[in-house]
Amino acid sequence: MTDVTGFLAVATLISLGILSLAFLLTVLRVILGPGLPDRVLALDMLVAIAIGFIAVIGVRTGFTIYLDIAIALGLVGFLTTVAFARFILSRRYQQEYSENLSPASEKGELHD
Amino acid sequence: MTELLNILVGLLVIVGALFTLFAAMGVLRFPDLYSRMHAASKAGVFGSGLILVGLALFAQDHAIVARAILAILFLILTTPISAHLLAKAAYAAGHRPWEGTVCDEMKDADQNAKL
Repeated sequence: MTDVTGFLAVATLISLGILSLAFLLTVLRVILGPGLPDRVLALDMLVAIAIGFIAVIGVRTGFTIYLDIAIALGLVGFLTTVAFARFILSRRYQQEYSENLSPASEKGELHD
Repeated sequence: MTELLNILVGLLVIVGALFTLFAAMGVLRFPDLYSRMHAASKAGVFGSGLILVGLALFAQDHAIVARAILAILFLILTTPISAHLLAKAAYAAGHRPWEGTVCDEMKDADQNAKL
């Protein structure tokens, strides 16, 4: 496997830097994000950035064997987001159930 | 010809990385969950898809090209589904759009809505 030279080497290096910055900003949203859905969305975004990383490294070094891992990562990210969405929904039903048990409780905004 | 292809691949990779960066900036800077979702699920997938197109052009091997196209198709198919599901779950769980939102068509419907 040979390294690329010339314009393509510079371009892949620049895009690796840009993707690192994007990764950092998204991790910041995971840390800050006020609610659980914000964090789930940011984690989904992290998966997309990781797939981009794998593709850039495939162009740069020629190790395109990692593309299989990128496809599997996309599948896992999709299933994770769906599972988290069901989890967010189930927490809502739990709250409704506890409200029905004690009807005097104030119905307000759900906080995480 | 090879030099031209290299320049095209390099431009695709850089533009895709820039789109991903803009998506990350949108995820960090937009005011509420639904507008963040709009940034992440459109610009993010487009950026990763452009980088994968660059890889498919660069690798002159049928198996790699097929895998790259498969990955792009998979991303394009699954991301709208997961974003839609997450938005619906978040709305049903009580997360409301921020006060600057102009139109909220689910406001009247969510009393009877059973997902």
